[in-house]
Amino acid sequence: MKYVDEFRDGELARGLGEAIRREADPGRHYAFMEFCGGHTHAISRYGVIDLLPKNVRMVHGPGCPVCVLPVGRIDMAIKLAMERAVTICTYGDCLRVPASDGLSLLKARAHLDKSRADIRMVYSAADALALAQREPQREVVFLAIGFETTTPPTALVLKQAQALGLKNFSVLCNHVLTPAAIVAILEHPEGSGVQLDGFVGPAHVSTVIGSRPYDFVATQYNKPVVIAGFEPLDVMQSILMLVRQVNDGRAAVENEFTRAVTPDGNRKAQALVAEVFELRDSYEWRGLGSLPQSALKIRAEFAAWDAEARFGIGYTPVADHKACECGTILRGEKRPADCKLFGTVCTPETPMGSCMVSSEGACAAHYNYGRFRDIAVVAA
Amino acid sequence: MKANYTRPLDLKHGRVDMNHGAGGRATAQLVSELFARAFDNPWLAQGDDGAVLPAPEPGERLVMATDGHVVSPLFFPGGDIGSLAVHGTVNDLAVMGARPLYLSASFILEEGYPLADLKRIVDAMAEASRSVGVPVVTGDTKVVEQGKGDGVFIATTGVGALPPGRAPGGASARPGDVVLVSGSMGDHGMAILAVREALAFDSEIRSDSAPLACLVETLYAAVPADAIRVLRDPTRGGLATTLNEIARQSGAGMLIDEAAIPVHPQVEAACELLGLDPLYLANEGKLIVVCAPEHAEAALAAMRAHPRGRDAARIGTVIADDHHFVQLRTALGGMRMLDWLSGEPLPRIC
Ligand code: SF4
Repeated sequence: MKYVDEFRDGELARGLGEAIRREADPGRHYAFMEFCGGHTHAISRYGVIDLLPKNVRMVHGPGCPVCVLPVGRIDMAIKLAMERAVTICTYGDCLRVPASDGLSLLKARAHLDKSRADIRMVYSAADALALAQREPQREVVFLAIGFETTTPPTALVLKQAQALGLKNFSVLCNHVLTPAAIVAILEHPEGSGVQLDGFVGPAHVSTVIGSRPYDFVATQYNKPVVIAGFEPLDVMQSILMLVRQVNDGRAAVENEFTRAVTPDGNRKAQALVAEVFELRDSYEWRGLGSLPQSALKIRAEFAAWDAEARFGIGYTPVADHKACECGTILRGEKRPADCKLFGTVCTPETPMGSCMVSSEGACAAHYNYGRFRDIAVVAA
Repeated sequence: MKANYTRPLDLKHGRVDMNHGAGGRATAQLVSELFARAFDNPWLAQGDDGAVLPAPEPGERLVMATDGHVVSPLFFPGGDIGSLAVHGTVNDLAVMGARPLYLSASFILEEGYPLADLKRIVDAMAEASRSVGVPVVTGDTKVVEQGKGDGVFIATTGVGALPPGRAPGGASARPGDVVLVSGSMGDHGMAILAVREALAFDSEIRSDSAPLACLVETLYAAVPADAIRVLRDPTRGGLATTLNEIARQSGAGMLIDEAAIPVHPQVEAACELLGLDPLYLANEGKLIVVCAPEHAEAALAAMRAHPRGRDAARIGTVIADDHHFVQLRTALGGMRMLDWLSGEPLPRIC
């Protein structure tokens, strides 16, 4: 893996760690939010924390698509499978997110008559479309989730389904938008004061939308943003760039991930998305509440392939488990080990909240990779 | 009965039918024309309900292990369910320190399964058992209705002899011991995943399915028997899960060096693409050895001199830790846990 190895080189990492230590002012603290779950994963997976000085703290943000999906949205998919006998196709991690009645998609699957309804894991939206083509007697619904990165492939299958006049395929759309989530973090009313000095900006998202959509973070909120790739050295380099901006009293959007990100992003993908989707007035996020214009819905021209329209189902909000701190963790106000359920009631095998599901979620990342640092937690 | 009063099995175009499992003439024919012919040994040829076997050498104890095989697809690059069924059980015996002696095989066939494919599987199984010198001495065949099986399931049970002085066990790792692996991690798991999900990679990723008995004997020839504390084959759950099992059984912790763990570049690349970790993928022909520190170099050299251990590596040490954590020094230089696998390994989304 020549291309990847150079972004995981131990020597370079130590050098970068040294540079951060040298340049970070020992008289102050730095707190940077890594917006993406991919960054959270990389930081935990490679033990990046150990290479940073104590006064530089990384705060997990709401950028894990599985984590921000509210219970009610998973319930919609389960309902479709159980009551309307559809086959739900979705990405792996979605299957384990806790839903109402102690169910998850994975658990609901055991109750289904597989000849009619099913719940299946797919690697891509195209796989779901292919299944619908292969088995025309099966009613296939693709549960689409994700930020701007996964949206163009969903748009593409919707266009293909329309072109093919496919009668047994639809999409349950839960695509959400990154900038809206950042605004929510910066303006959260209960924000019990997570002091952020800047953001490690999304990598894959920005390959699609570019770096420009984050300009407002620097200009209106005076917080530096550095768009960074998902390799550990990318993250470390971006931390160094953030430290420099803070030290200089600057707030700008800088791009560490120049090998893939431009200011304007991928115009073709943006046009495709605009053709198929429009803004939802409001969408509920787990942990952030209802945010205006923060998610996408399928345009009326594609209503025949929009599961919400086709099956006439609506969204009903469902409260999270009372003791679950996913909300405060997603807003960066608390850390996983601060949750009473962490590691006792809530584990990757028995997740109570969505943050414990995907390895990009803060709780799962800390449980799987970092809990040896909290001596209080003893492995079962 | 004169042979020409029965029509021979049509091993080219025939299919398994319910009669083949009914215990009558069709079953007998399947057994004699396919199984007994392929496995070809005096015990099976006897045609009795069981096999009468000689007792092991004086001082030796018997070891028994069993394993069910339900792999899908049945044929994959580097092997098939037949050879896997032999290797799996032979390896379970080998990592107990035993010399594998005999196998039994129980087949559960699905009505309609092509006899030609079954023959391929049985032939591969016979070839595997011959090459390790462990005959299949007794067996059973059942047929289930179409839709109730996945083509072929095979359960194998093995008996081996444990020479005196050997007692490797998961609970025997002690702080200071050295952890060795016999080669690259994750090959089998990724080979299966690649075919199952029809992932097209530049080069074919092959399963490492192979018997380990010979490698284990080489190891015992090189170091004193009590220097080998633990032997394991990291199958389901991969290296990470097996190390956690050993740590828990032994009441110790481990410190593993990521950069020292061998992984094939293709497997690493495929994992990268899918967001999987090779340390959690199954292996079917690899050995984990926990060895007393003073004999670790000799053990490593012995493994490297054996064709199945050419890429053997020293990957870490056992440490004292009440929490039984397996800690990993990452290639980047930080620390993290190498935790148990939770659920099935799932590719990530974004
Ligand atoms: S530990 Fe579990 S319950 Fe607590 S915040 Fe994390 S996911 Fe939610």
